[in-house]
Amino acid sequence: MTDEEIKALVLRELSNIAPEIDSSRIDPAVNVRDQVDLDSMNVLDLMIAIHQATGVEIPEADYPKILTLNDFVAYLRPRLKDR
Amino acid sequence: MTPNLCDYEQTRATFSWAQARRALDGLPGGGLNIAYEAVDRHARGARRNHPALRWLGRGGERRDFTYAELCAQTNRFANVLRELGVGKGERVFLLAGRIPELYLSALGTLKGGQVFCPLFSAFGPEPIRQRISLGDGRVLVTTAALYKRKVAEVRATLPGLRHILVIGQPEETRDIAGILDFHQLMAQADERFEIARTQPEDLALLHFTSGTTGTPKGAMHVHEAVVAHHVTGSFALDFHPDDVFWCTADPGWVTGTSYGIIAPLTHGITSVVDEADFDAERWYGIVQRHKVTVWYTAPTAVRMMMKVGTEVIRNYDLSSLRLVASVGEPLNPEAVVWGQEAFGRPIHDNWWQTETGGIMIANYLAMEIRPGSMGRPLPGIEAGIVRRVGQGAVEEVTEPGVEGELALRPGWPSMFRGYLNEEERYRKCFVGGWYLTGDLARRDADGYFWFVGRADDVIKSAGHLIGPFEVESILMEHAAVAEAGVIGKPDPVAGEVVKAFVSLKPAYAWSDALRRELLGFARKRLGAVVAPREIDHVANVPKTRSGKIMRRLLKARELGLPEGDLSTLETQ
Repeated sequence: MTDEEIKALVLRELSNIAPEIDSSRIDPAVNVRDQVDLDSMNVLDLMIAIHQATGVEIPEADYPKILTLNDFVAYLRPRLKDR
Repeated sequence: MTPNLCDYEQTRATFSWAQARRALDGLPGGGLNIAYEAVDRHARGARRNHPALRWLGRGGERRDFTYAELCAQTNRFANVLRELGVGKGERVFLLAGRIPELYLSALGTLKGGQVFCPLFSAFGPEPIRQRISLGDGRVLVTTAALYKRKVAEVRATLPGLRHILVIGQPEETRDIAGILDFHQLMAQADERFEIARTQPEDLALLHFTSGTTGTPKGAMHVHEAVVAHHVTGSFALDFHPDDVFWCTADPGWVTGTSYGIIAPLTHGITSVVDEADFDAERWYGIVQRHKVTVWYTAPTAVRMMMKVGTEVIRNYDLSSLRLVASVGEPLNPEAVVWGQEAFGRPIHDNWWQTETGGIMIANYLAMEIRPGSMGRPLPGIEAGIVRRVGQGAVEEVTEPGVEGELALRPGWPSMFRGYLNEEERYRKCFVGGWYLTGDLARRDADGYFWFVGRADDVIKSAGHLIGPFEVESILMEHAAVAEAGVIGKPDPVAGEVVKAFVSLKPAYAWSDALRRELLGFARKRLGAVVAPREIDHVANVPKTRSGKIMRRLLKARELGLPEGDLSTLETQ
């Protein structure tokens, strides 16, 4: 997957949880939770949805490292290399 | 270290609230004020240079406030309110994350004799508007970001809200019309203030909570409540002078005020505040670095820590912990036992609610824990299991193990004194000399209480009460929705999550696009914590012949349970 494809995938899953967002206005360098109203349960749902969509398991201990859209790309890219 | 409550029976037998009151100072010259007990009496004494609040910012910043500094800063805020002409008993609302200004404003409000009313910062515009309106808010303290996102659009509907104090950088607050800059006012204010001569029965705190029907209820608490805050800090949380205490709750909810602000300060100990949201490793790092001794958290957080596992815990030295306690919803027995594996000590569950103002039933440090039980009533608290017998009467269930409604004998200091402007709803809570809690429970032969469920349809999600009616009302404002019924759907982490069922008006057809539109609509209006997590379509929302939504039936269908007695169901 390309970086753009990964971004699109994360945004798609994010908008399933928070359909009110305008995906085009999400700044990839800014903490998603500062731009979208997400509680901790929403974050859990998002991580599970991304796992289901990509097959990449994201352990809870890694959640704090993944705050921005760019973080998602950096985290998922090496793990999706062969797909 | 010897626990404060060693001999439960003995302490219960000799305890009196009048005696408990003597552990506090009272205002010089008479009267009682929560902020005096929490701040000024320590600022004037040996603890003046002891850290009171240790604030930890999201980005790793740290700010300590000694009791003397906290005294000066809260005096400034009290002077800000006085300069603005805010009167005694008027409501000051707070809408902010866990930032230092929130704590200064809360305590400063109490000093000035005004009433502190916290709002959860994850609420959407509608719950915010509704609570400020119901509470007749005169002042709102918030941040520039929250103002723009949540307050600006509803402000015109709140004519009674005279002053909005915005926290932010000057360039953020400069372009907002009709607000005051919090920091500018604080900088100009005097740091000397004589605390308002409040009396024990004067209104101090207003906490909104949700019922099954109707609007949120504003539970009123008075300055006398501080007696219970202090005593429960001693008995249930076992505060000792050198403790570093960390309550992870947000002050937007009652736990975050009673225990995140007041109780530790009345004991003159250090209270840790973390601005960031849940993050297991960050939390362990905080316990280690700041040598937290008493930790008060919630079942949802414990279950999230359990998901992360005990392996990461081995990288941290958590040996400072002496007591780990939890509140919000019953802690499952596995979680109690997990604490033993993770922290070397079990997790002590306790029970209370917004209306009780403080911990009522607890597993005490010195007492054997029964995993899954909420523990035994605090000295000074009489709890019972009752069943309703006809209109306006209850009888106590004395045989052990029998389910009924959990009830308390009224009269403890932090008992709510009313629901603001709703005398009738308040009176209905008291039957036959008992306060009825709305929780179903049973008591075992040894006097331990066990939570069974709610007696009403209120949803408990991640420890927060959500009123189904609030959610249904918003959904019904959408053009496509004819009727809505909202339930709590069991969830392994949050306890329950909000699920909505809607029926549509004739011109509309159910589709995934409509489902998403409704979800987004509800989230925008209600905010992430109150909005449904799931929305489903039903042809008809089941109702009784008198028109009440049968949420229990919706829930039974959702869970594939027997539907029970349907004789009162409205025939379609």
